[in-house]
Amino acid sequence: MASETEDPNRRDFLVVAGNAFAALGGAALLWPFIAQMNPDAGAQALASTEIDLAPIKEGQAITVLWRGKPVFIRNRTKEERDKAIADDSAVLKDPFARNLSLPDSAPATDADRVKAGHEQWLVLVGICTHLGCIPKGQSMSDARGDFGGWFCPCHGSHYDTAGRVRKGPAPRNLDVPPYAFLSDTKIKIG
Amino acid sequence: MAHNESSYQPKSRFAKWWDERLPVARMMHGQFVEFPTPRNLNYMWTFGGILMFCLAAQIVTGVVLAMHFTPSAAEAFNSVQHIKRDVNYGWMIQAFHAVGASMFFVAVYLHIFRGLYYGSYKAPREVLWILGVLIFLAMMATAFLGYALPWGQMSFWGVTVITNLFSSLNEIIPGMGTGIVEWLWGGYAVTGVTLNRFFSLHYLLPFVIAGLVILHIWALHVAGQNNPTGLDVKAKSDTVPMYPFAIAKDAVGMFVFLLLFAWFVFFMPDYLGHADNFTPANPLVTPPHIVPEWYFLPFYAILRAIPSKLGGVVAMVSAVLILLFVPWLDTSRVRSAKYRPWYKLAFWAFVFTCVALGWLGSKPAEQPYVFWSQFFTLAYFAFFLIALPVLGLIETPRTLPRSISESVLGSGSGMPVGAAASPEKR
Repeated sequence: MASETEDPNRRDFLVVAGNAFAALGGAALLWPFIAQMNPDAGAQALASTEIDLAPIKEGQAITVLWRGKPVFIRNRTKEERDKAIADDSAVLKDPFARNLSLPDSAPATDADRVKAGHEQWLVLVGICTHLGCIPKGQSMSDARGDFGGWFCPCHGSHYDTAGRVRKGPAPRNLDVPPYAFLSDTKIKIG
Repeated sequence: MAHNESSYQPKSRFAKWWDERLPVARMMHGQFVEFPTPRNLNYMWTFGGILMFCLAAQIVTGVVLAMHFTPSAAEAFNSVQHIKRDVNYGWMIQAFHAVGASMFFVAVYLHIFRGLYYGSYKAPREVLWILGVLIFLAMMATAFLGYALPWGQMSFWGVTVITNLFSSLNEIIPGMGTGIVEWLWGGYAVTGVTLNRFFSLHYLLPFVIAGLVILHIWALHVAGQNNPTGLDVKAKSDTVPMYPFAIAKDAVGMFVFLLLFAWFVFFMPDYLGHADNFTPANPLVTPPHIVPEWYFLPFYAILRAIPSKLGGVVAMVSAVLILLFVPWLDTSRVRSAKYRPWYKLAFWAFVFTCVALGWLGSKPAEQPYVFWSQFFTLAYFAFFLIALPVLGLIETPRTLPRSISESVLGSGSGMPVGAAASPEKR
């Protein structure tokens, strides 16, 4: 019988192969236990919402829920739009459009914050980019901050009439969610 | 506990630093690496490790399910369906948990039968055995509470029937049973209130079990493991270190067990459940045939065998609690059934009795099943109350080997057959 054993021998190979197989299996089994915390099929099924804009008069705003988040829809007045366009050339805290339908590099002009042909409609995720509070400004009687858009009462961030942050601790403009006009008075968010 | 000098050597400066402050690694090394295990342990000794796995798996999958489950009468049933259909991998994790309960009982029953066969409950392992019975009781409670949660018809009526067992106490003190039952229910019937508290307790009890398991293992490591000969370890040559020998064997047993486990989880996840539990709980309609999960069937058969409400409950509870007294009911000085011809016979008759009771428990409460339930209930108690005490006194045990080593190696001092051969057959 052969008594001489090379190093590494067949048993070493079996041990390494067996352990590697068990480790891979264990790691693969870990994934379902992590993935189970991701949004479930029920949450994903709520991923798009259709909104009728007809009842919203000029100067009014409504808040709808999309994926559990508040979405601001504001029918801007002519003055509000003009003010926003005028401020395109102002020094902005965040120079990017933050419009999920546009490339990341799109500049934060008023035109890039809305849909062409529907410029009076501003659709924004109504969550302050600082720490997630909901800014004031949806109701006519709300404080709208120094720039006439929204004002976050938690830590004092001011947003203008295009939803761009102008003052306060918030780092980014309010996000524009992906949405499309199905008709002149109907949008689909998501 | 190992009384000898530990062979643990910290490998790094960090490990040495820890070792001087909190020698956890040294303890684990002593208890699970160099711990001496009898060299003749067979595969029946792999269930301890398998049961630890089962407990850990039930806790992990249970914590996940609790993230998605809603313990209310209105939503519980739907939320289980939501877990099975909508939650990512919920179909798998829910099956793991439900099948896991059955597999847990498969393993624990084999573990208990192993203990009965090899006399593992005898001195000095009485406390170890009693802790095991307490774990078994806590497991039964946990399984029962958990079965309520899907809130199907079997859940609801199982809860109703089992909690009503306490109402039999009315026969001792009128009103006491009713009082206890309404206290358990939190109302005048089983409702969402009951479900909510069952959910809370179902989450609590596994951690009680984990605590008992630690004590169980502690007691095991004080007395040392029993072995197929039932002989005490007399010399170092009777043992091998736990790692790699016992651990490797445990791993083989575990993989076989996991194959069976996975087969149920992936190919027949609902096989061990009952079809009626796919109907939402309805407090106005009882299903025609109420049965518990398979692991409770033998005790259920005993309950129904006695034609008296209180008597049935007493018999069923006694059937479990009698296990606590086994160390003192058995009068034999020989541990292992291997050397006890009559006890071996009684043991297998007892196994048959348990299986028969399980089968009878799944049958409707009518003749001839009731008669046979009564017959095997008698047989069940006869094993503990007659066979165990009497056989120890009248039986002549076969000749025991002088030591564990001798039982493995033969009477000569030679090496075991095959030990000289090269492990590398090329």
